[in-house]
Amino acid sequence: MSDAATMSPGGRALNNSLVMTARSLRLSSRNVDAVFTSLMLPIMLMLIFVYLFGGAISTGTGEPYVAYVVPGVLLLCAGFGSSGTAVSVNEDMKGGIIDRLRSLDVAGAAILAGHVASSAVRNVVSTVLVLGVALLIGFRPTPTLPGALAAAGLLLAFIIAISWLAAAVGLLTGSPEAAGAFSFFMMFLTYPSSTFAPIATMPSWIHGFAYNQPVTPVIESLRGLLLNQPVGTDPWVALAWCGGILLVAVGLSGRLFRNRTA
Amino acid sequence: MSPERPLEVADPERRTRAISAIGLEKSYGRGDRRVKVLDGIDLTVERGTVFSLLGPNGAGKTTAVRILATLADADGGTARVAGYDVRTQRRQVRRAVSLTGQFASVDEKQTGEENLRMMARLGGLSRPAARRRAAELLERFDLTAAGRRLTGTYSGGMRRRLDLAAGLVGEPEVIFLDEPTTGLDPRSRQELWRVVRDLSAGGSTVFLTTQYLEEADQLADRIAVLDGGRLVAEGTAAELKSRVSGHRLDVVVADAAAYERLAPLAVQRSADTLTLGLPTDGTATRVRALLDEIDPERRDVVSFTVHSASLDDVFMALTGRAKTTKEPTHV
Repeated sequence: MSDAATMSPGGRALNNSLVMTARSLRLSSRNVDAVFTSLMLPIMLMLIFVYLFGGAISTGTGEPYVAYVVPGVLLLCAGFGSSGTAVSVNEDMKGGIIDRLRSLDVAGAAILAGHVASSAVRNVVSTVLVLGVALLIGFRPTPTLPGALAAAGLLLAFIIAISWLAAAVGLLTGSPEAAGAFSFFMMFLTYPSSTFAPIATMPSWIHGFAYNQPVTPVIESLRGLLLNQPVGTDPWVALAWCGGILLVAVGLSGRLFRNRTA
Repeated sequence: MSPERPLEVADPERRTRAISAIGLEKSYGRGDRRVKVLDGIDLTVERGTVFSLLGPNGAGKTTAVRILATLADADGGTARVAGYDVRTQRRQVRRAVSLTGQFASVDEKQTGEENLRMMARLGGLSRPAARRRAAELLERFDLTAAGRRLTGTYSGGMRRRLDLAAGLVGEPEVIFLDEPTTGLDPRSRQELWRVVRDLSAGGSTVFLTTQYLEEADQLADRIAVLDGGRLVAEGTAAELKSRVSGHRLDVVVADAAAYERLAPLAVQRSADTLTLGLPTDGTATRVRALLDEIDPERRDVVSFTVHSASLDDVFMALTGRAKTTKEPTHV
């Protein structure tokens, strides 16, 4: 173990996080049905809304409905994808693997970071696939280059924030099934937002929540950036939400990890 | 083992003691439901020996091991493992020990080789070094052929060997094995015993928990008996056996009435077969006298056998509980 002894603490944490990421990706690649499901659901929802409901929804933007709905579907996809993280974190905590990792002096943060990083990689792949399908059914984004980069960065920030939140949920829940319910939470969070229909068309009592929940500014920003429309302060509000969620999730998961392994 | 060894290093304890624990306490739950799992146990394990913590389910064995391996905190007491304090020098302890628990500590969806390479990388080995170490361990545990299969497809014995191998990537000084053979078939158990003997021959200190008396007898230099969170005895297998009468007279009685009448005298009972085990020194005079004493009418005892005392008898004598055996202790 001379290598471990000579490695700096930071180097060791990075090394362990990378090894844990590789593990998590390898496990995902052998759990194709779960990854496939988390990819198929958003695509199906997109097709259903575009072809079945979209015709009846007036977004008041003059754009085809597919242009309106794609940003929300990308978020939905990230939500489903990250719920896999909740499940695998929960499974890790139940098995003997966590004791083995702790015996090897792998920090809880490195274990969770591995899950979150692999979730980010999975989500980037599924985002590309969803965008591909969207392009096939008539989505024609017209972003500027900075706009496209900003949209990608914002989506990545959102993915990382909710993946870490999913990790905390995985630590909080008692079973993989309960942890999997995180995907429902994400799905229902997108309904009272501007994902599928403009908030202005919803009953007024829900406006307060719908306008001020984290999903809405992210979607509004993505929509504006992808369609090259003015976005106002939405991207900053969205970034603040992502940062806030990330901070809370990291703090909470650290605490939960210590409690569960005490 | 010899305490007279010359002390030429600054930390003499580190030279001779692999584990020393004083007054370990641990409780779980809160309020009225608070249960004391460890109630002040002291342990000393010399370097290079095999030590067995023996006790029934729920005695606190796993808790003791987890505390010593730094995976749980004691409520009270102190412990040093490999010369380091488990509370204040957690990192050093972790580097010096490995724990193989009762639950699989490898990923089912990774191959044996991938699991070991991952552990080696986490232990700080470079990629090529990790590859070599994984190959060595697979070879040593007779898993080379299975190395490229997902561990989900392994038999119970293979999985346990891989678990053990995963614990050895860092070449630990002290190896904790928590019930290493529970649930294994007799052949896998024998293989695991061989592995433990090899580890010990290689100079490692092995601390194993077991509920099988024979396992402790077979493997351990010293045995401590844990019951209800307290150590009720400690010594070599021979010392423990000498603490009870050397032999046991097993009698098969004629009916339930006789069984009930004689049961309080017995250290071992089996109602199904109407068999009772009574302590004796094994001499013909005493056996004859004992038979006359328990069955003066020569009606109740149908047959008898005399055994030398097993650790089972020791355990029962120490804990004051006769175990009702429906099956013989495992082989």
